[in-house]
Amino acid sequence: MAKLPTPDELSKINYKPPEKRWVNTPAEFKDGFWCFGTRPKYLQAVDMPNPREWKPIEDDWKLPENWKEIFLEGFAERLKKYRSFRLFMDICVRCGACADKCHFFLGTGDPKNMPVLRAELLRSVYRNYFTTSGKLLGKLAGAREITFDVLRELWYYAFQCTECRRCSVFCPYGIDTAEITIICRELLNLLGLNTDWTMGPVANCYRTGNHLGLEPHTIKSIIESMVEDIETITGIKIEPTFNRKGAEILFITPSGDLFGDPGTYTCMGYMMLFHELGLNYTWSTLAAEGGNFGLFTSNEMAKKLAYKIYAEAKRLKVKWILGGECGHMWRVWNQYLETWHGPTDFLETPVSPITGTKFDYTSSLKAVHIAEFTADLIKHGKLNLNPSRNDYLKVTFHDSCNTARGMGIFEEPRHIIRNVCNHFYEMPENTIREQTFCCGSGSGLNAGENMELRMRGGFPRANAVKHVHKHYGINMLANICAIDRAALKPLMDYWVPGVEVCGVHELVGNALVMKGEKERTTTLRSEPLPEKEAKENV
Amino acid sequence: MGALFSFVMVILLVLLAYAGIKAANLQIFFGVVIPYAAILTFLLGFVYRMLKWSTSPVPFRIPTTCGQQKSLPWVKQNKIENPSTALGATVRMILEVFLFRSLFRNTKAELRDGRLGYGSSKWLWLGSLAFHVSFFTISFRHLRLFLQPVPSPVHFVETLDGFLQIGAPTFLITGSILLLAALFLLLRRFLLPTIRYISLPADYFPLFLIIAIASTGILMRYFLKIDVVSVKELTMGLVSLNPMIPEKIDVIFYIHLFLISVLLAYFPFSKLMHMGGVFLSPTRNLSNNNRMVRHINPWNYPVKARTYEEYEDEFREKMKNAGIPVEKE
Ligand code: SF4
Ligand code: SF4
Repeated sequence: MAKLPTPDELSKINYKPPEKRWVNTPAEFKDGFWCFGTRPKYLQAVDMPNPREWKPIEDDWKLPENWKEIFLEGFAERLKKYRSFRLFMDICVRCGACADKCHFFLGTGDPKNMPVLRAELLRSVYRNYFTTSGKLLGKLAGAREITFDVLRELWYYAFQCTECRRCSVFCPYGIDTAEITIICRELLNLLGLNTDWTMGPVANCYRTGNHLGLEPHTIKSIIESMVEDIETITGIKIEPTFNRKGAEILFITPSGDLFGDPGTYTCMGYMMLFHELGLNYTWSTLAAEGGNFGLFTSNEMAKKLAYKIYAEAKRLKVKWILGGECGHMWRVWNQYLETWHGPTDFLETPVSPITGTKFDYTSSLKAVHIAEFTADLIKHGKLNLNPSRNDYLKVTFHDSCNTARGMGIFEEPRHIIRNVCNHFYEMPENTIREQTFCCGSGSGLNAGENMELRMRGGFPRANAVKHVHKHYGINMLANICAIDRAALKPLMDYWVPGVEVCGVHELVGNALVMKGEKERTTTLRSEPLPEKEAKENV
Repeated sequence: MGALFSFVMVILLVLLAYAGIKAANLQIFFGVVIPYAAILTFLLGFVYRMLKWSTSPVPFRIPTTCGQQKSLPWVKQNKIENPSTALGATVRMILEVFLFRSLFRNTKAELRDGRLGYGSSKWLWLGSLAFHVSFFTISFRHLRLFLQPVPSPVHFVETLDGFLQIGAPTFLITGSILLLAALFLLLRRFLLPTIRYISLPADYFPLFLIIAIASTGILMRYFLKIDVVSVKELTMGLVSLNPMIPEKIDVIFYIHLFLISVLLAYFPFSKLMHMGGVFLSPTRNLSNNNRMVRHINPWNYPVKARTYEEYEDEFREKMKNAGIPVEKE
């Protein structure tokens, strides 16, 4: 694996593009920037085309004979299916407003990481085959043929975009390079050109329902071990149920919350909250994954993986769905889920059994975000909270791209944090809410072999954290996304050591005073509560 | 390269019109045939492009949300940047189309000693707005050449435009603004390395063309002071489908008219179509109400997905051993 440069080396970034025109500069594959190609077994597992052993770095990708035809036919088909795609291929004026809005451009200085140019890579091919001017004028009209070099370039840069939509916020026509990347990756997938890190979870998810490939009994035992931890910390034994028919609520969260810290602490937070409320909910071992790496593969794959959500809700005869903290899961739910698998007439409009609040803004999707659910509880004073247990933390909040720009959930998590923590500080304005910067590892890029790219992509985010770390002593970066919890940790260790990462419901779990709990001496991380420790040492 | 090519193209167009009138006396061709052909191409082309876009469906509702969603009653929704109603989305579109809302957000990132800062950067917004507003004002003013009597709104706009009240004929400010704004947009492309890097001939050509159109217009009005009465005879002839060529029109007019014709004919085949396209952009013109109203995808098709039955068949024993309920014992 490529050696990671030091933060100092890495933060010297040159934004000046080279003299040579980009069309004449084939992509140079740099170590640490690209992910391994998918293994054939993953494609075979879900019946995706052209499985084979291949290496992105090699000159022979073992493409099918007629790969150009496949690519162009797929292209034409998607132009017909998506107005977004056809329009975004046509109306960019290359004003450059999006150029320095992409974290990958800001972190690499590679001009092909400017959203406009990332899109032009594909747009140039579009012009050549699908526009009159391109057909007539060729290069003069900015058109180029699809060649192996072009394909390599498309691949290299499609996997240097986290589909975060930040560019789309600034574009005068709303051109969403994420949408273009999504479709570009679909085209690449027609040729079997996914990354291993994306395709593995997809294959796992198809078989077991979750990305990690956890089988039902394992899910149960993982959750039970969390239950034990909770008992150790609070003295309270909680009893989650699995695949229980007739529960009122089906709870679904990304499997990242089940595996590896700090995700597991967030999960403990959810369960403590539910126990305290006496919530009538169940887990489903099949729908134990809200995340959907299909989104980073193809629309069809995403739809297949999302099938289980409503199917399990129906089978278990619940009334509505409660969704955990996850970014792309919520983008998928908000933008696609019901269009794919609706209508949802077997469910009811969600009502909070505790506060009686009817969540009528989700009367059709019938799924409530846990941050909305908890914010409502707090607003109604239904929780006994002791925010001083989080006093050793100085917290800032990272808006996940997907929930920010593909949904717009900003206030709910902040409301929660303000009530469970005493020290909350925002990062600078241009780096939060709809202008939030990606963790740099979204959309299936959180592999190990592309670590330099991830650290570079996360540079703008880390830079903003560093700012508040310096000014307010921030030591905790809260978020509502499982990929963030996994990806921000190495990012902080690299750029801003001393800042930890947590889900919002970990903070809730810490502050929640449960009925009959013993005096807490540790946090959910089983670390001694600092003031307790101080007292004991007196 | 792209810039030079586009520049030469525009010069050639000017020379073509000049030679056509001066050397070949092609007044009818440049004054009647070409304008008609251009208008026709523009209209048909524009409609064709819009139809082409509209025939691709919008399978998913994918607005880019730039503010708080509609959720709990006490949470203040940003009704415009994250609209949940058609009204909100309409207001969002109006702000986008008339005030360039998104460009107004523009920032410029700067890296100093390993620290990234984002300064507000409104020049592009200002330049573009000035460019478009003056372009449309000028086009509107030109209606006076195509309508008899001249409607009062046109008079009104013209009076506004001449508010400085200097010179004879009155100095109309939009002409100069257009020229300056176009030069600004051109200079950006020359001077900002990243913008130069992404610019294509198709970005320079319309700018040079518009600069040439504005320059010939200004020349005609203030310096060569051509005979407006004859020009109106010609334009009215065109509108009334009774084309005629008055005698006393200077060649500069034909150059101006020819360049405009080229712009019109070029329009539907170019990025200038963003004018129509922006209205169709699904990330802007839709409301974010997916959770309230199911969006229908016209080509939604069934997929083969893994069912619970298959899942249980594979894991039944393990589930039973772990005490997880199963459907079939
Ligand atoms: S901001 Fe939009 S129009 Fe401007 S270059 Fe980027 S994608 Fe193109
Ligand atoms: S979607 Fe995000 S990662 Fe992709 S080009 Fe736009 S800003 Fe960059």
